[in-house]
Amino acid sequence: MSDSPSTPLTTADGVPLKVSLRRAVRQSKLKALLLVAPLLLFLIVAFLMPIGEMLWRSIDNPEVSSSLPRTVVALEQWDGESLPGEPVYAALAEDLKAGQKARSLGLLSSRLNYEMSGMRSAVMGTARRIELIEPPYREALIDINDAWGEIDTWRVIQRESSPYTLSYYLAAVDHQYSPSGDIVAVPDYLQIHGTLFWRTFWMSGVITFLTLLLGYPVAFLLANLPLRHSNLLMILVLLPFWTSLLVRTTTWIAILQSQGVLNDMMVALGVIADEARWQMIHNKTGTIIAMTHILLPFMILPLYSVMKTIPPSYMRAARSLGGRAFLSFRRVYFPLTLPGIAAGGILVFILSIGYYITPALVGGQSGRFITNYIAYHMQTSLNWGLAAAIASILLFVVIVFYLVFNRLVGVDKVKLG
Amino acid sequence: MALPSYATRGERIWHYLFLSLCALIFLFLIGPLLVIIPLSFNAEPYFTFSKAMLQLDPAGYSLRWYEEFFTSPEWLNSIKNSFIVGIASTLLATVLGTIAALGLSSRHMPARGAIMALLISPMIVPLIISAAAMFFFFSKINLAQTYIGVVLAHTALGIPFVVITVTATLSSFDTTLIRAAHSLGANPTRTFFKVILPLVTPGVVSGALFAFITSFDEVVVVLFIAGPEQRTMPIQMWSGIREQISPTILAVATLLVVLSILLLTTLELLRRRNERLRGVTPG
Repeated sequence: MSDSPSTPLTTADGVPLKVSLRRAVRQSKLKALLLVAPLLLFLIVAFLMPIGEMLWRSIDNPEVSSSLPRTVVALEQWDGESLPGEPVYAALAEDLKAGQKARSLGLLSSRLNYEMSGMRSAVMGTARRIELIEPPYREALIDINDAWGEIDTWRVIQRESSPYTLSYYLAAVDHQYSPSGDIVAVPDYLQIHGTLFWRTFWMSGVITFLTLLLGYPVAFLLANLPLRHSNLLMILVLLPFWTSLLVRTTTWIAILQSQGVLNDMMVALGVIADEARWQMIHNKTGTIIAMTHILLPFMILPLYSVMKTIPPSYMRAARSLGGRAFLSFRRVYFPLTLPGIAAGGILVFILSIGYYITPALVGGQSGRFITNYIAYHMQTSLNWGLAAAIASILLFVVIVFYLVFNRLVGVDKVKLG
Repeated sequence: MALPSYATRGERIWHYLFLSLCALIFLFLIGPLLVIIPLSFNAEPYFTFSKAMLQLDPAGYSLRWYEEFFTSPEWLNSIKNSFIVGIASTLLATVLGTIAALGLSSRHMPARGAIMALLISPMIVPLIISAAAMFFFFSKINLAQTYIGVVLAHTALGIPFVVITVTATLSSFDTTLIRAAHSLGANPTRTFFKVILPLVTPGVVSGALFAFITSFDEVVVVLFIAGPEQRTMPIQMWSGIREQISPTILAVATLLVVLSILLLTTLELLRRRNERLRGVTPG
């Protein structure tokens, strides 16, 4: 021991041990990061950027400012109390002329129509006759369409000239801007999204509860049978899990429809009359039955893996201490399975609120989810901003539940199959 | 679950009630899959059992829907598309996912939790949201309605499964085995092929199978971003169910059930092999 205690320990080449260790850790950190980097890059391009694009679309509002640039500038001076002056009308005529030539007014007219009905025909009708009009533009434009003579029209154009808007989010929760700029609820007969959000949540709640009700006994049985038997029965759980979603949905159509297997059986058995066949599909019942079946394995598997860790001696101990069967179950076994219930419940709920295929095929009108409306706005009404806003709200809800799940269970504990 | 000999009568009744309840739930789980198999041999174009079928009359059964399936150019083309997209995205997801899993199981991986949560997110985000988002983005960069676009999308969806299974396999990998191999005189190459690879492969293969089935069964994203050229089998089924409902769908469904039985068997064999190699015997 020639070294005095104060000199630091070194490696063979004389580098202090601390430095050398830090360098080694840094290198292995770098190596780990380099291994993950390609996948991270891939997911950023193929997944995160699309999600970002969608969030952007839900507030993006380019139509007015890009199609009516001169009008927007002219409106900056406007007080919003009386009709704007001739320069604004002249700018509008100029913009519409340019837009008509470039054939770029379609998007603008639909965008303004979302805010105020009648604007589509006002814009398109005026644009068609724009080449013929002569100053003074104010009278000429009002002559073509009365909308240009209303203050509200100009208020809407002024408000929507901002490059961002919250109106898609307002529309997603059945609200809108009044012409004066206040936020008001849309008329009752147009309130559709709130109902759908609410229906999606309560039906998913029912489905989650039903999967728990059906999954708990099965998981209990599987966890307490000898492995040889439980492995066999497990196949009955895993086979539906592995079978195509469309196949499982199709089978429920075959079984539940009014000329289907179940109704035929009931009629043949004399349980119901031929004219009084049950309506079990294309409504809420159909969605709930089919989705409970489809999501059941997602409840059974987490419950099973928790129950597997509970030693059977606990229940025996509770019984030997004098607890009746039900009391021992309620006070000892059930509390121990709560983590499994939480994991399975959140998983089923998250999956359920995002389901699209099954409600679309077996839900009819009354059993549709909010996801079906995202598709509707994407494909039929072509209001992509609104679709993006609804999807963003749903995404937010899912992320909140995912974070809870992650805190309670941990994503890395997710087991498959 | 055996009933102890001292069980009271009430407990016995309860026990058998419980078993019957479980039997009913199992029937609910598996029954629908069993119903469609005979239905797919229906000679009539209906979705229900005909009289002749119930009387087990051979005339009530036929292979006409299978014939229709195997002779229809649309169905065959959709199968081809499904395999092209499925295999390409599985390969990509497996390679990227396995390399990343190696990094994730390193002891020094920084921000592991956050990165893991990110890598799993395509599994958690509802498909309709991913589909809408990918539609917006891929149309912007001219990847919508191309094979590449569909493959990239399906790769993203398959990645979580590969990452989960491979990290799980690696976390139970006993690194002393590598040292043991070295001490017994194996060089690194030999150690990799004879020790590491056989132990890790089952995890990689089951991850790949998960990724493949995810792609093979995926409707929503394809519905949004694929063009008519990339029509896959699930899309063909989807429009079949929505438009002209014919028992050909049931024939396809039966074939898919058979496919999932094959997959399940493969996975089970892999799991057993894995346990055997690790010296864990199933109790």
